[in-house]
Amino acid sequence: MYKLASCIVFLCSALTSASAMAQANLSGIWLANYTEDLADRRPGPALGDYGGLPLNEANLLRARSWNASLLGLPEYQCRVHPSDYANSHNNIRIWEERNPDTLELIAIHTQHFTWQTHRVIWMDGRDHPPPYAEHTSMGFSTGEWVGHQLKIKTTHLKEGWLRRNGVARSDQATVTEYFIRHGDSLNWTVIVNDPVYLEEPFIRNRDYFYSTDTQPVTYPCESVVEIVHEPGYVPHYLMGNNPDLFEFADTYDIPYEATLGGAHTMYPEYRAIARELPRPSEMQD
Amino acid sequence: MKQIFTSLGLILCLLCSPAFSQGDFADVEVRILPVRDNIFMLVGAGGNITVQTGDQGILIVDTQFAGMSDKILAALAELSDAPLRYIINTHFHGDHVGGNVPLARAGSRISGGNMRRDVTGDTASVIAHESVLLRITTSNENLMDPDGWPTSSYFAGKKDIYFNGEGIRIMHQPRAHTDGDSIVYFRRSDVIAVGDVYRTDAYPFIDTSAGGSIQGLLDAAQSIIDEIIPVYGQDGGTLVIPGHGRLSNLGDVLNWREMLTLIRDRVQAMKDQGMTLQEVIAARPSRDFDPRYGDSERFLTAVYETL
Ligand SMILES: [Zn+2]
Repeated sequence: MYKLASCIVFLCSALTSASAMAQANLSGIWLANYTEDLADRRPGPALGDYGGLPLNEANLLRARSWNASLLGLPEYQCRVHPSDYANSHNNIRIWEERNPDTLELIAIHTQHFTWQTHRVIWMDGRDHPPPYAEHTSMGFSTGEWVGHQLKIKTTHLKEGWLRRNGVARSDQATVTEYFIRHGDSLNWTVIVNDPVYLEEPFIRNRDYFYSTDTQPVTYPCESVVEIVHEPGYVPHYLMGNNPDLFEFADTYDIPYEATLGGAHTMYPEYRAIARELPRPSEMQD
Repeated sequence: MKQIFTSLGLILCLLCSPAFSQGDFADVEVRILPVRDNIFMLVGAGGNITVQTGDQGILIVDTQFAGMSDKILAALAELSDAPLRYIINTHFHGDHVGGNVPLARAGSRISGGNMRRDVTGDTASVIAHESVLLRITTSNENLMDPDGWPTSSYFAGKKDIYFNGEGIRIMHQPRAHTDGDSIVYFRRSDVIAVGDVYRTDAYPFIDTSAGGSIQGLLDAAQSIIDEIIPVYGQDGGTLVIPGHGRLSNLGDVLNWREMLTLIRDRVQAMKDQGMTLQEVIAARPSRDFDPRYGDSERFLTAVYETL
């Protein structure tokens, strides 16, 4: 009898660890692995650089009307990066929330080192809220394991941005993400589907590596009036009046047309097309 | 399904008259969204209803259509068994005041002790800006029964009441969606019900025949923004219940103000160049927002006409 009982215990524990092995343990602090995309991830994208983004005509006008002075308004100063922009840069902390008795996974939490934004990815099979519920910067996320990969679906995002240079992502977007751990490295893929502002899904894929000694940092923000404006002041450029749109193309001598984006500029074959376009240096005088 | 409700609300709102008459709402459900503490948002047909519950009774902002009132009363009964004491109307459109009569009659005001009910009949108090009272009582068609009239009207900039342990400030927004818009700020719950000066599902309807204007709408957006204190960034903190669409926070209202400002300024610049309304519409000055808010012709027309 004693032998049978211990066999059952052994079998149970073997089964448990086997099923647990199908899921990854993502907990810990993961550091952004900046490589050739450092310039885009830390200082951020240049004004007027929309190449390689599947933005549509509406989003292009939105981006070209955008004035960075908007971020100086008190009500915009502490605006956090939306959850689908977070993997553009900086580190994250990940931890699990489990039922204390059954140890079932209830949620996976993340905290981004920029803005200290806390996000909950529900793992308990709950439904997404109705469409008339509040939308937030983090949105409402549910996750499931696809083998070793954590697959996340996010809805209820309020309007955000694909890049920090005025390219919008609408509140109608849904986002699918994958967290894939390979030993001490983590791959985080964000796929944005936006029927309002994108011609095709936008995909951003970033790498992180595991840290054994990094501590989480706080990111407090209090807005202040920096410049006194009339109430209701919203800086923007009227169509055709934005002086900054050519700077990027001029600086890097990239064909202006290639900076305008669109789904076709995402694909490798566009390189050959762009090579045939006139460069700013060829258009002078 | 939600889109059907929205279109229905929009069409009836478009009539620009107090369309108190009934539609067929047999298939429409009233859904309850808990907002914060004792504040709830009811979604059905027509404008969103805000509900505040407490020991003193129930207060609601707006009443949708008369044909929805049984379902609304059933939803209120789920939230509280206290009597309906106050109705506040954000403006006079039929999809916001249509249920005034049946809902007011189902309620009971705080006044008069034991005798009052026998002397005058009993209804909930109905509060609105005096322009709403004037428009409802001077309508040539579908004249509303006096039981639903907002006889507790105000004409100065604001009216305050204290109910269920919180201060409630009703603030007039001149010449916005109409000339009689109110936003209703629940100060302890930190929730603002704003009627049709802000919505998330479509471009604004500026009722120019009832005194609405683009600048008034922008001023109303600014008054809402001025009252909001978010928790952090642009999320949480003060929540906003729009006339139509989803529960909102600061970021949403800022996006709305951005959209209104950009389109106002573009139309103004085109008008300054001498462009006619038809030329402005053909130039598509709202094309960056059209995929989000839908057809813009009526909105652009109102912007052009009120600048
Ligand atoms: Zn209305």
